Amino acid sequence: MGIRFILMVNKQGQTRLAQYYEWLTLEERRALEGEIVRKCLARNEQQCSFVEHRNYKIVYRRYASLFFLVGVDNDENELAILEFIHLLVETMDRHFGNVCELDIMFHLEKAHFMLEEMVMNGSIVETSKANILSPIQLMDKAS
Amino acid sequence: MDAKSYAICFKPSSSALKRSNTTRNWYRVAKLEQLKTIGRELTKGSQGGFYQSKEFLDLVKSIGEARSKAEEDRIVLSEIETLKRRISEPDIPKRKMKEYIIRLVYVEMLGHDASFGYIHAVKMIHDDSLLVKRTGYLAVTLFLNEDHDLIILIVNTIQKDLKSDNYLVVCAALNAVCKLINEETIPAVLPQIVELLAHPKEAVRKKAIMALHRFYQKSPSSVSHLVSNFRKRLCDNDPGVMGATLCPLFDLITNDVNSYKDLVISFVSILKQVAERRLPKAYDYHQMPAPFIQIKLLKILALLGSSDKQASENMYTVVGDIFRKCDSSSNIGNAVLYECICCVSSIYPNPKLLESAADAISRFLKSDSHNLKYMGIDALGRLIKISPEIAEQHQLAVIDCLEDPDDTLKRKTFELLYKMTKSTNVEVIVDRMIDYMNSINDNHYKTEIASRCVELAEQFAPSNQWFIQTMNKVFEHAGDLVNIKVAHNLMRLIAEGFGEDDDTADSQLRSSAVESYLHILGEPKLPSVFLQVICWVLGEYGTADGKYSASYITGKLCDVAEAYSNDETVKAYAVTALMKIYAFEIAAGRKVDMLPECHSLMEEFLASHSTDLQQRAYELQAVIGLDAHAVESILPSDASCEDIEVDKALSFLNDYIQEAIEKGAQPYIPESERTGMLNISNFRNQDHHEASSHGLRFEAYELPKQTVQARIPPASLASTELVPVPEPMYPRESYQTTTVPSVSSDAASTELKLRLDGVQKRWGRQTHFPSTSTSNSTSLKTVNGITQVDGSNTANSRTRETYDSRKQVEISPEKQKLAASLFGGPSKTEKKSATGHKSSKPSSHMVKSHAPKSSMEVASEKTSVQQPPDLLDFGEPTVKSTAPSLDPFKDLEGLLEPTTQVSSAVNHSSTAAVTKSPDIMGLYTETTAGAHHKDSDILSGLSNPPMTNMVGGTTTMQVAQSSKGPNLKDSLEKDALVRQMGVTPSSQNPNLFKDILG
Repeated sequence: MGIRFILMVNKQGQTRLAQYYEWLTLEERRALEGEIVRKCLARNEQQCSFVEHRNYKIVYRRYASLFFLVGVDNDENELAILEFIHLLVETMDRHFGNVCELDIMFHLEKAHFMLEEMVMNGSIVETSKANILSPIQLMDKAS
Repeated sequence: MDAKSYAICFKPSSSALKRSNTTRNWYRVAKLEQLKTIGRELTKGSQGGFYQSKEFLDLVKSIGEARSKAEEDRIVLSEIETLKRRISEPDIPKRKMKEYIIRLVYVEMLGHDASFGYIHAVKMIHDDSLLVKRTGYLAVTLFLNEDHDLIILIVNTIQKDLKSDNYLVVCAALNAVCKLINEETIPAVLPQIVELLAHPKEAVRKKAIMALHRFYQKSPSSVSHLVSNFRKRLCDNDPGVMGATLCPLFDLITNDVNSYKDLVISFVSILKQVAERRLPKAYDYHQMPAPFIQIKLLKILALLGSSDKQASENMYTVVGDIFRKCDSSSNIGNAVLYECICCVSSIYPNPKLLESAADAISRFLKSDSHNLKYMGIDALGRLIKISPEIAEQHQLAVIDCLEDPDDTLKRKTFELLYKMTKSTNVEVIVDRMIDYMNSINDNHYKTEIASRCVELAEQFAPSNQWFIQTMNKVFEHAGDLVNIKVAHNLMRLIAEGFGEDDDTADSQLRSSAVESYLHILGEPKLPSVFLQVICWVLGEYGTADGKYSASYITGKLCDVAEAYSNDETVKAYAVTALMKIYAFEIAAGRKVDMLPECHSLMEEFLASHSTDLQQRAYELQAVIGLDAHAVESILPSDASCEDIEVDKALSFLNDYIQEAIEKGAQPYIPESERTGMLNISNFRNQDHHEASSHGLRFEAYELPKQTVQARIPPASLASTELVPVPEPMYPRESYQTTTVPSVSSDAASTELKLRLDGVQKRWGRQTHFPSTSTSNSTSLKTVNGITQVDGSNTANSRTRETYDSRKQVEISPEKQKLAASLFGGPSKTEKKSATGHKSSKPSSHMVKSHAPKSSMEVASEKTSVQQPPDLLDFGEPTVKSTAPSLDPFKDLEGLLEPTTQVSSAVNHSSTAAVTKSPDIMGLYTETTAGAHHKDSDILSGLSNPPMTNMVGGTTTMQVAQSSKGPNLKDSLEKDALVRQMGVTPSSQNPNLFKDILG
């Protein structure tokens, strides 16, 4: 199981999306998010996009006001995860057009649907943007 | 007014990533404005395809505008109140309900409990509308874990939805299956999922495979009969399904490599096709064909090719192709390159690929990007196991990373140093690690680095003194974090000593330990584990050398017991230590005067609530009252390592029994011979077979070993309570063989057990190298000089030389010094080890270097016999244990140098070596003619470094050719085969993988 969780957090440290691939209780999530957000937000742009935290490695990337944080196992390819984040952003961008923090806030379920297509059981299963977006487009049409 | 055009965008173009801070600030200001505007705009009623009410928009807006966590919490709490009221109202329109559920998701996401609404999410998955249903499924997967009580209500709906005609409904249900089905409910959905593997829609097949993957993760046995399905789906027409199938296959192969060796050809062929862009363009990412699938395939190949020459040979061509094709200017290209390096360092080594990997690593390390440096350091740590000489090319890059302010990079570099630690650089590395350990607060990482320090110190310690000091530092700063076993090992090490017959060295070690502990006791707050060690050592050896009086030591022990009065374990250790000191005094015939503080301490302990403490105190009291002879047999001096003979048959009671029987007592009947009673041993056997069907366990509980050791009264166990099983010393032969794997697998083994054999060996030889540390730090220039001279003949010398010349211009002396102490030693030994390998007689060197100790005849026989297989063995993972072969080699070198006088600058030789070298020369001349010829060859090679290198160089080429020959042929054949089987890339939906497995 490579990916343990995916978080989107704005630069004030507020969670905008959280998806865990292993069960953590509410308290555990709260504590974990607090700790890693503090760690990642304190780093500057010259430093690595990777942070070790307990048994996780956090790969993070900042887009304007929003941080994307992915917690992975120790033997995961960090650069690939970094690009996976970018692929996710590109995919959301294709759907929302110039995606922004508010798009995710107003359409939280859609952002989750995209993740559901891309990652299952903590593994990346789909990387074709067309395949990721087609169910969402079909649902859009139907409703 | 279109809200979106104002919203801050994070359009993911590369230019967006390079935005300067000023623009970002501008964006921030703009964003605040926009949040307000958007809120206003949207509340007027502008709605997307998904229905959103004013309430929802207001909520999102206020959460977005919250300036602090407290404000956010206030908003969420009032939202909870609203939802609690509204959500249970009757007849809520389903769109409204969907919105409530999403608001619940918000509540949980922001850290508050929303369990009051879970049932409504569960209800929502029954809805007919796809969007509402899927939102319901999403919410339940976010809210519930697989053991939640509500799951039982969901399984039914999932079963129904899996049968739906609408494939999107099936997909939604499959998503939920992956998150919510636990081991018990697997059978309820398994048959349907297997059916769905043949669904016409690729999206369904993909998710069905992932559901099986999930079941495999949860309970491998539940899908063990379905493994063939994974193999089948690997040849699915749809590349997405194929890509997803790699995930379960990766797990399966991780757990059982050998059952999937037949798939190597298929994986290689798929990877080749992917790399040749035969997949649909939709899978391209930044001009790279399906990079995520490539990475997954490379991971799988790394597993399959690990120490399997045949399998690896199939992979060389395609991995080499990917190395060439990767675009090293893009992140994703580098990600694939990194995976290639991982693969190359895992599979059976191939010189050409190793070269490509080394090139890629040096590109990573030279890059300005910290991310790439990080990947480079990691990759270096992997490759170093196969080709250790690569480290020295990058020594300065490594040191830069070590000193980088970025903590992530620093840690990664420490990991690398840990992997490349040798006896020559252990002092520098462990010192650095301890310094770093002291500078951080993160307990998790502190623990890790402390246990690594201990491991390295145990394995490579150059001297007893250093070892004790290092352990003291570790205990002092991270004592509460290290495993208690480490403390026990330390005590055992001090007790057992290192040399087999060198008693003076052992007692010196103990004296120095006592000395340092008495000094350390002055420190204010010490960790409990460390205090236990101190008490034990002081009790056992505090008065052994006569330097300190019993009253001084007992005074210190009483101080400890008083100062740490809330730590019962420490107090218990202190009491037992006191008892030993007094016992030794009595045994030596001296009069015992108990200190007043000791008296008051004993009074306290005799009335202690802790029975353990009480017992120890009473025992102390009893022991003091005994005469010298009795005390000596209870607590003999320095006997912690003696075996205790336990008379299991209790034969000393025979007389008593005899007497009792004579008086008419019933004789004892062993359990097994009793009739009419349940035969327990039989029953137990039965029970083993029926264990699965029985609800109750009939076998006896295992004895709690730990507590038994701790609770046994010290008097009966003498002073060995801390040395549970006194291990016998290893005889020489056996430790030679055992040390070889232990040194080679240093990184792999995380076992905490102290490797006494390795330590003994290392320290036993210590007499030959009295001053490694000084030679390391002072002989920097000469070491560098030598590497340069030597390097000019080796294959990889050019890069290093340029590095060296650059280094002399711009590198600060401290850095050079560090580099030399880290790499200086290894660089020399590494080279030697390389020649040792390449000159095709590694084992002969080993045998010979030990030869002075054993018989020379045997050694020379072995040389002639073993030569051919060694040539072929070059580079095989099992041979990667360069350490064992190189150390004896270095010994030999050190011994020879004074007589041949080639490079007097090398500080390895010592007085001991000088006196020994003529001996060895003598031994060599005495051997038989054939062996002599060979030996002298090697000896002359050794005394003349350039020549050795030439010899080494030529053999390397031979080896390279010999291993390349069959490779090339093989790969050509493979290539032809693949081409025959391949499909035309032009077709729209190519039948890519169907033909491979047939």
